Amino acid sequence: MHPAPRVLRRAAAVVLLAAAVSCAPQPEEAGKPSSSAGSACQKGELATRTSDKLTIATDEPAYEPWFKDDEPANGKGFESAVAYAVAGQLGYAKDKVAWQTVPFNKAFAPGEKTFDFDINQVSVSEERKKAVDFSTGYYDVRQAVVALKGSKAAKAKSIADLRGVKLGAQVGTTSLDYIDAVVRPTQAAAVYGKNDQAKSALKNGQVDAIVVDLPTAFYITGAEVTDATIVGQFEHQGGTPEQFGLVLDKGSALTSCVSRAVDALREDGTLAKIEQQWLSDAVDAPVLK
Amino acid sequence: MTLNKAEPGSGEHDAADDYVPSQRRLDRERYQRARARRATAIGALSTLVTAVVLYLVVVSAPGWPRTKETFFDWGYAREALPKVLEGLWLNVRLLLVCGAAVLVLGMLIAVARTLRGPVFFPLRFLAAAYTDFFRGLPLIINLMIVVLGVPALRLQGVTVDPVLLGGTALTLTYSAYVAEVFRAGIESVHPSQRAAARSLGLSNRQALRYVVLPQAVRRQVPPLLNDLVSLQKDTGLVSIGGAVDAVRAADIIVGRSLNYTPYIVAGLVFVALTIPMTRFTDWVTARMDRRQAQGGAT
Repeated sequence: MHPAPRVLRRAAAVVLLAAAVSCAPQPEEAGKPSSSAGSACQKGELATRTSDKLTIATDEPAYEPWFKDDEPANGKGFESAVAYAVAGQLGYAKDKVAWQTVPFNKAFAPGEKTFDFDINQVSVSEERKKAVDFSTGYYDVRQAVVALKGSKAAKAKSIADLRGVKLGAQVGTTSLDYIDAVVRPTQAAAVYGKNDQAKSALKNGQVDAIVVDLPTAFYITGAEVTDATIVGQFEHQGGTPEQFGLVLDKGSALTSCVSRAVDALREDGTLAKIEQQWLSDAVDAPVLK
Repeated sequence: MTLNKAEPGSGEHDAADDYVPSQRRLDRERYQRARARRATAIGALSTLVTAVVLYLVVVSAPGWPRTKETFFDWGYAREALPKVLEGLWLNVRLLLVCGAAVLVLGMLIAVARTLRGPVFFPLRFLAAAYTDFFRGLPLIINLMIVVLGVPALRLQGVTVDPVLLGGTALTLTYSAYVAEVFRAGIESVHPSQRAAARSLGLSNRQALRYVVLPQAVRRQVPPLLNDLVSLQKDTGLVSIGGAVDAVRAADIIVGRSLNYTPYIVAGLVFVALTIPMTRFTDWVTARMDRRQAQGGAT
């Protein structure tokens, strides 16, 4: 019969095509600069996404006191100031910095990054280091409890006092980890997509207290939910302070340079000065034990 | 295969004893079997080749090792599954309660919209306004308003429980969709059915209850199932109020680890929930069709 060979020929063609397709994609390393160029960290000549520019990402809206007026490019607010200081250290003047809006969750997704680094109050952890690169920490952060004035939660003096309270926090934050690991409340925590929803739940009495990082707690009680108060802050768990780090693509050639820049800023006191300027509120809140 | 059965028209069952198939027929059957085998072989080969091509394309993609690590990590899948299932229980309860409420409310609105007579005008108008409004209003905004807005009113005796409020919002939106499905079904029953029922002396209400609705509901099972499956997935949106459903449970692990495997687990769990639901509805539809065929054909 005639048809059989034709079928075979077709099958062979498909298999060959498959083989060709499987060979086609370029290996990932092809586009990357060599590691020697990366470690040199020559000022203003890093292998950035857009040559000659440093692209920095953060989420929108950008919250106070980390940014001011939801305008990362104005240099005001703690993280905006840190970003520009790091850029300066790397040899990029203010007009060589391009800002980009990247949703918090998208900043960690695999696939090509559109930014050089992301600054968005991201806590460094060993587990997260499996997914992205982090710079060294630029801020030691503490978690704090915020409750409505006069409520049962507001009178808490210790972690044990918070155990019977309905707590809330934003998903994907260490605040939530503190509730689960440190407070271990009797009722499951309410988990919100954004701190904004947690704030409105606090206002509406859907939760008794929320956990946020300390500067955010000062901003909430000072400007947003003025009938709320900071109950207290948590101590660092396990001795090592929790730190915010800049997020870079996994295996980014810039990581060591950016880390070096952050280290230099810490050593010459720039980071402390920026912290003093924008986060000076965040000093004294009673420590909950 | 039906090849060995007596050929149609070749005789009755009692005549099959002395039936000897002709050589011509045996040849034909052999040829047909050969063709069937060949079709199966080609089908299998082509499936295999497609699978291999897909596999190679995905696996040889430059980002595959990274993607595999981030989306298909067995360790995270095992960690996520119990938490996702715990969250899923919330989705299932919401689905059952809201599903029932939606069917009842949707039916009432649809019937209100199809009532005749000038006296019912306000009712028809209200029903139409309701469906127009809640079908148009994005569900997420509806949820925000109900879950975050209603407690802000600080009304006495109104719950602040995000699950109850979220369920209310879901019911409001979905009953508007389902009302339209019911209405389309009711209007798809030919007017002669109603006319015939009325001429038999049934009242308008009886005609609706015994003649129109039974026919209408039968036709609506597939689109209703569509809306129910959609509702099942949207039950997760109550998590904006702080409740932890299956997707939010996955979110929590993803946020901590930056590994996306828990999302895959949550997705598969929802799919696994949908499939039995679809099979169940298929079965219900088939049973209804059989009954209708029995009643209608003879």
